[in-house]
Amino acid sequence: MSLEVLAVDDSRTMRDMLNLALSSAGFTAHLADDGLHGLEVLEDIEPDVIITDINMPRLDGFGFIDAVRREEKWARIPILVLTTESADELKAKARAAGATGWIVKPFDPAKLVKALQMVAG
Amino acid sequence: MSDPMAEIRASFFIECEELLESLQDGLQMMDDGESDSETINIVFRAVHSIKGGAGAFGLNDLVHFAHRFETAMDEVRTGRFVPDGEAIKIFFACADVLGDLVRASRDETPILDEMTAPVLDSLERLVGMEEEVEEEVEFVPAGIALDLGGLGDLGGGMGDLPPLDLPALDMPSPDLLSADGLPEGSETPDVAGDNDAQAALGKGFKIHFLPEPALFISGNEPLYLFRALRDLGDLTVRCDTSRLPAAEALAAETGYLSWSLVLLTEEPETAVRDVFEFVDGLCVLTIEPITNAALDGSMALPDLDVPSAQIPLAPGDSAETAPVETIAAEAPPSSPAQAAPAALPDRLAPGAAAAPIPAPIPAPAAAPVAPPAPIESAAESTEPSDAPSREAKNAPTQPRATVRVDLERVDRLVNLVGELVINQAMLSQSVTEAGLPANSAVSTGLEEFLQLTRDIQESVMMIRAQPIKSLFQRMGRIVREASAAVNKDVRLHTDGENTEVDKTVIERLADPLTHMIRNAVDHGLETTEKRVASGKPRNGHVTLTAQHRSGRIVIDVSDDGGGINRPRVLEKAIEKGLVSPEAQLSDGEIDNLLFLPGFSTAAEVSALSGRGVGMDVVKSSIQSLGGRIAITSVEGKGTTFSISLPLTLAVLDGMVVRVAGETLVVPLNAILETLTLTDDDIKQLGPETHVVQLRGGFVPLLDLGAELGYRTPEQSYVGGIVLLIGQEDGHRAALVVDAIEDQRQVVIKGLEGSYGRVPGIAAATILGDGQIALILDPMDLISQASGRTKDRSLSLSHAG
Repeated sequence: MSLEVLAVDDSRTMRDMLNLALSSAGFTAHLADDGLHGLEVLEDIEPDVIITDINMPRLDGFGFIDAVRREEKWARIPILVLTTESADELKAKARAAGATGWIVKPFDPAKLVKALQMVAG
Repeated sequence: MSDPMAEIRASFFIECEELLESLQDGLQMMDDGESDSETINIVFRAVHSIKGGAGAFGLNDLVHFAHRFETAMDEVRTGRFVPDGEAIKIFFACADVLGDLVRASRDETPILDEMTAPVLDSLERLVGMEEEVEEEVEFVPAGIALDLGGLGDLGGGMGDLPPLDLPALDMPSPDLLSADGLPEGSETPDVAGDNDAQAALGKGFKIHFLPEPALFISGNEPLYLFRALRDLGDLTVRCDTSRLPAAEALAAETGYLSWSLVLLTEEPETAVRDVFEFVDGLCVLTIEPITNAALDGSMALPDLDVPSAQIPLAPGDSAETAPVETIAAEAPPSSPAQAAPAALPDRLAPGAAAAPIPAPIPAPAAAPVAPPAPIESAAESTEPSDAPSREAKNAPTQPRATVRVDLERVDRLVNLVGELVINQAMLSQSVTEAGLPANSAVSTGLEEFLQLTRDIQESVMMIRAQPIKSLFQRMGRIVREASAAVNKDVRLHTDGENTEVDKTVIERLADPLTHMIRNAVDHGLETTEKRVASGKPRNGHVTLTAQHRSGRIVIDVSDDGGGINRPRVLEKAIEKGLVSPEAQLSDGEIDNLLFLPGFSTAAEVSALSGRGVGMDVVKSSIQSLGGRIAITSVEGKGTTFSISLPLTLAVLDGMVVRVAGETLVVPLNAILETLTLTDDDIKQLGPETHVVQLRGGFVPLLDLGAELGYRTPEQSYVGGIVLLIGQEDGHRAALVVDAIEDQRQVVIKGLEGSYGRVPGIAAATILGDGQIALILDPMDLISQASGRTKDRSLSLSHAG
C-alpha cells in the first residue's frame, strides 16, 4: 500500500535519507525542515503518517506533535518520532505528547517501512 | 554520482560545513555573553545533527566524538553546567576538532586518537563526565525501538470509544476478556488458562488484544496492526463487542472492544510481539502459541455466546475496515464531554516542559485549539532577531528555495556566457564595420543585447559567489590557536561576513589570510604586559572586514597593536641588503618593505609564524588572484592590511596593446602607469640594455616584442609607449609596446590545459573582432628577463 508520508527533520541529510527510503518503498514523501514548516505543509496535504525529528529549530518535535494532536483534523494521524536518543524518558515524553511510535536513528530503511505499515497500514 | 547514497553522503558533508558554521556562530554568541536556551540549542543541535548523520554512514569515530561533545553541551542545555569563558574556549576547540573529523571522514583520511584526546580530556575535566561505557548500541543501525513499556498509565482512563451501532449490548463479560488496565476493571480472568503444558508447535499464535483508550489517542490503529499480522501468516480476527453496555450506560472513557485473533504462521513469537511494539503498555495483550490440537477446534477461540463481528482480513474488503475506522475517525471528536481534549493538557505536561510552547490550553472545555497562531508567536518570542544567522534561518517559512548544482555545470555556464560575451562583441564590431548608423534598428537592438549580455554575465558570476563567512569563521580558529601559542588574549571581530565572493577566490584566499591573521596576532599585537603598560585594553583585537567597493572585494585585516616599527624595519632591511643605507624612504615605502622576499623569513619569530612564509608570498598569492594588497599603519594604534580583489576569476580588466603586429592583453592591476618615452628618459647601459629614468630612480626597460620573440630588439625606444609594471617584490619594470588600443573586460580562457605552462603568458582571450589575444603574466615575464640580465651581471633592482 502506498502511503503519503510527511517527514519533518531539520537535517538535510536525514531528509534526503528519509526521502530515499520512502520513495524506494513506493511511498510519497513530503519533507519539512522543522515543526513550523511541518504544520505549514500539513495545511496543504493530508499524509497517512508523519515522521518527525525531536530536536529542531523554531518548533521542536514535541511542540509539533502537540500542535498536530490538538488540531481536530490531524489528531488521528499516526506520528513516528525519529531520534538518536533511546532514553526511556524521551520516549515517554514523545508518547505523552501523542506520538504513535518510535524510530531510532540511524534507521534501517526496511524497518522504517515496516514501522510505517504498522501504524498506517 | 548515480548512487543515491553516495549523493546523500556528499550532501551530508556539505550540510556538516553549514552545521559547523552555526556551531561557531552559536559558540560565538555564547562567548559574547548570550546564554538563552535557543543559543545553546543551536550549538547542541549542530553537534547532534552531525552525530545523527555520521551514524547513518557508519562514521563511528565522528559519532563517538560528536557524542561526547553533545553530552557536554547537554549539560549546558539542562543548566547542570554553566560555562565560563574558559569553558567556551574548550567548546571552540571541540568545534574545531569536530570540523577536522568531519573533513577527515569526508576525505577518508584516518582519524587518530591524538586528534581528539587532548580536547576530550579538557572536556572531561570541565564537565566532569566520566568516560562512558560506549553506547555503541545506540548507533548500530538498529531500526525501531521496542521499549515503550511503562507508558500505559499516561493514557489510562482517558479517551473514549465511539458509540458503535451494535445490537444486544447488555452482554456478560466473556472469560476471555482481561480487564487489566481498565479503570473500572473488576477482575482479571485467567487468560492463560488453556495454555497448560502444551508444547508450542510453532504453528501459530492465539492473540488476545484489548486496547486501552490511550492507544487510540496515540494514533495507533488496531486495523493496521492486524494487517501487519496478516503479513506474517493466515489471520482470523474476531471482534468482541460483548462488553459494550447499552448506549445510555456507555462511559466515554472506557474501552469496550477487544479482539481475539488466531495467526497461523511459522514465524517466531518475537515477530508477533514486534507488531505490537508501539502499543506495548497501551493495551492488554496476550500471545500464546497454539497447538495442532487446539487448531482442530477450528478457531481455538472459546465459544462466545455473544454476537461477535468476525472480520476476515482480506485486501480490498471494505466491510473489514468499517468498525475500526469508525473508531479512528470518531473517537476524540465525538466524545461526549470530558474525553480526549480535556485530557490533553495533563498528558502534554511532561512534553511541554521541553517544548518551546508553553502549551496553554485556555480551558479544558475549549477543546481543540487552533495550533499555528500561538505557536508562531511562541517561536518568534524565543528567537531574538539580532543574530543574522538566525534571521536567515527564520526568514524562509516556505520550503527553502535552493538548488544544489554541480560546480562543473556552473562553470560550463560561466564558460558559455563568456562565449556569448565574445560573440556579442564580434557582432558589435561587424555592425560598426558595416557602417550602419547609430540609430538604426540593428544598432539599438544590439545595444540592448549588450546590456542583457552583461546582466546575464553578472548573474552567472553570482552563482559562483558565496558569502565569505565560511572563510572568516576559519580565521576564528586561527586566532584562537595563534593567540594561545603566543600567550596573548586576542579577540577576532568580523564584519561583512555576508559579502559574496567567487568560490575559487574564497578558496585561494584561505592561505594568505591565515598567514596575515597569524602575523597580526604574533607581530601586530603587543604582548599583554606591553598593552597594559601603554594603557591599552588587555585584550588585543584583530578585525576582519569584507565589503564590495567599486566592483571589487576589499578585505581588511587590522589589529590594534603598536603599528609598524619603521626604524626597525628599515634597519633590518638595510641589514639584509634589501635597501641601500643611503636610501631615503617614505613611511609608505618602509611599510612596503615588509612585502620584500627575504624580509620576514627572518626569525625574531616564534614557532608560530616561522613557517618560512613571508608577506612576499602573501602578496604574490593575492596578485595571482588579480588582487592588490596595501598596508597602512599608525604608530601605537595598529596596522591594517587591505586586500582588493576582482569579483571573479573568469573575467579580467585588461589593457589591450599591440606589439609587432600582435594584440596582447596586460592585466590592468599590474600596470602602475603608462608613459611615452622621451630621449631624456632612456639611458642605455649596454648594447641591448636600457633603463628608464623615472622620478630619480631607474627602471629596467623591456621590449615586449623582443621578450616574446616577435622581433629583434630595436635600436631606439624614443617615442615608444611604456607600461610601468609593479612587481610583487616592489621592483618595477617598464614594458615597451607599440600602441595601447583599448581598456576592457576580457573573458579568461585557460591555456594550460592545451599548451601547458607558457612562460610569461597567463591565459588567452577572444577579442571582439574574433581575434585570439594572449593575456600576459607581466610578473613572470619580468622575472624571466631579470634572470637573464642578472646573468649578464647587471643588477638594477633597486629602484625605490
